[in-house]
Amino acid sequence: MVDKSLELFDCGHRACGGCGPAIAARLILKGAGKDTIVVSSTGCMEVFSSPYPETAWKVPWIHSLFENAAAVASGVEASLKKQGRSEKVVIIGGDGATFDIGMLCISGAFERGHDFTYICYDNEAYMNTGIQRSGATPYAASTTTSPAGRCSTGNKRPKKDMPQILAAHGAPYVATASVSYPADFMQKVEKAVNTKGPCYIQVHAPCATGWGFEGNLTMKMGKLAVETGLCVLYEMVDGKVTRVKKVVRKPVEEYLSTQKRFRHLFKPARKDAEIAQIQAIADFNAEKYGIDIKLKKEPAK
Amino acid sequence: MMQFMEGSLAVADAVRLCRPQVISAYPITPQTHIVEALADMVANCTLDAEYITVESEFSALSACIGASAAGSRVYSATTSQGLALMFEVCFNVAGMRLPIVMTIVNRALSAPLSIWNDQQDSISLRDSGWMQLYAEDNQEATDLHYLAYRVAEDHEILLPAMVCFDGFILSHTYEPVETLSQDQVDAYLPAFRPYQRLDAADPISFGMFASPDYYMEFRYEIDRALERAKERIARAGKEFGKQFGRDYSALVEGYQLEDAETAFVAMGSLCGTVKDAIDEMRAQGKKVGLLKIRCYRPFPGPDIAKALAGVKRVAVLDKNISLGSKGAVGLEVKDALYGSGIAVYDYIVGLGGRDLKKSDIAAIAALAEKGQGDQFYGLRQEVLR
Repeated sequence: MVDKSLELFDCGHRACGGCGPAIAARLILKGAGKDTIVVSSTGCMEVFSSPYPETAWKVPWIHSLFENAAAVASGVEASLKKQGRSEKVVIIGGDGATFDIGMLCISGAFERGHDFTYICYDNEAYMNTGIQRSGATPYAASTTTSPAGRCSTGNKRPKKDMPQILAAHGAPYVATASVSYPADFMQKVEKAVNTKGPCYIQVHAPCATGWGFEGNLTMKMGKLAVETGLCVLYEMVDGKVTRVKKVVRKPVEEYLSTQKRFRHLFKPARKDAEIAQIQAIADFNAEKYGIDIKLKKEPAK
Repeated sequence: MMQFMEGSLAVADAVRLCRPQVISAYPITPQTHIVEALADMVANCTLDAEYITVESEFSALSACIGASAAGSRVYSATTSQGLALMFEVCFNVAGMRLPIVMTIVNRALSAPLSIWNDQQDSISLRDSGWMQLYAEDNQEATDLHYLAYRVAEDHEILLPAMVCFDGFILSHTYEPVETLSQDQVDAYLPAFRPYQRLDAADPISFGMFASPDYYMEFRYEIDRALERAKERIARAGKEFGKQFGRDYSALVEGYQLEDAETAFVAMGSLCGTVKDAIDEMRAQGKKVGLLKIRCYRPFPGPDIAKALAGVKRVAVLDKNISLGSKGAVGLEVKDALYGSGIAVYDYIVGLGGRDLKKSDIAAIAALAEKGQGDQFYGLRQEVLR
């Protein structure tokens, strides 16, 4: 068991108040432990954690480019193997680096079967450059490149299913997590770094600035995403779902109505069709992964 | 030992003797024979290296970054489109001061698609912070790899190096090559000793974010290291000569320059053709010579000015063009000779594998004597309307 009391991601970094990815960084290192080499892609986390000459990383850390973290990590892993060293290799990339621009490098690295853990902190848009849509942006979210307007209701497409794509690469361990469930997330990180081969964890990491909510509500926002069924927490071992977090589901409206990026669904006029569409996504998730807890008090029909 | 070998295989053999610990490469014509030969060595345990078969050149060099930063001597090879795909990574490697050595098998860039030789690919990376060495023949191509690792890994330098040799003209051509033994190479090239590395026992951060308060100094340091590299290349080249009899201490090398009135300047395999043409022209009483540039980055401007001090005119043969301007080598030779009064004419030649014969060299000399230059040479007539 790794010593989770160690703080390997130092305070003093430059993240916004209530930053979900900063919480993710701290939890990742608690789960992975000190014998870890971190490879970061360009993005919020890289920028707020490494303003020269300061660094928040108390483990060896390397950042090269936006889209090549998986390839850089392939080289790190090969070098360690050649030297007979035992450090764990953990890649941390945002959703833009993972879902979009880094896809080629990720696919190649997973196919080659390197021994590393890739963790995508998913804040559902390009936040570092000013909240532009990515392949992880949810349906109907308003971003600066998918703005809601007179003839637009925001992002036109649902999220890409990255965990399934990487499971299809033969990844031995794939999991989704949320910063709002820290114990579960740390445990998944620990499990992944101790599983041989390329593992993938996608951690939902709310962005107060990009989503438009107060920084003290980050944990609540992450919880609501899970409780509404829009973010499903599960584990896949060798391509099969082995564990799913079950919830008593809340209507998606409770999650949507508290964020600026979905405000256009409620004001100036309520957009029932779009809200229903998002509810349908949650219902589909619930059905697919079996997340609903059936309340015993429910009267028999 | 003297062996009759294909250029690519001679280079692969030299790379083996450099003991790279991690190789990461993606196949592309005309580089393939090198990476196939290395894969074969790894498969047959004659080379003890991790060989990463990446999905793109972009990842090939990116994996080299990780492996080098983790403390391994690394190697890659590419050409043309592959190098272009690495563009972003190349700048990053130099900025992170990682001593990666990469063979560039020079080839033209698309469009139109061409697999044949010119030097546009590596020339286009001239601003990236990599050292660039150009080989005239396969002997030099092999030897420059030993030298490149030695200089790149020097803790006073810590910069990547491209060893460039012409695609097909050298890479696929059989020539006699004097190969070295492992003991000989080990005596010249010490085991890799990283200046710093990714290590859980001593954590450091690589590749940080620099504000305007710091960025310029990093660029300055790279430029200073390249300046220092001139002396280190010369020293490593001299040491190579001492140990193996082939002296590479000169960054530029003169041929029949002593009394020359017209001097050619060229890089790579073209130098061999020019030397033969010079012999023929000399036999006809023409005072011509050649200055071969072996080291293009760092650019040895003062060495060039010194070597060309006595000539009346210079004809630069550029196997590249900075489109909308002139040949890259020509521009820099003009800069090196600024104020000397020596006329410098630039000729764009041999793009996309267009052959340049001895008779063409003589024709270019005649053009330079007439004061006609800064032009493409050897174009099809129908475009000259």
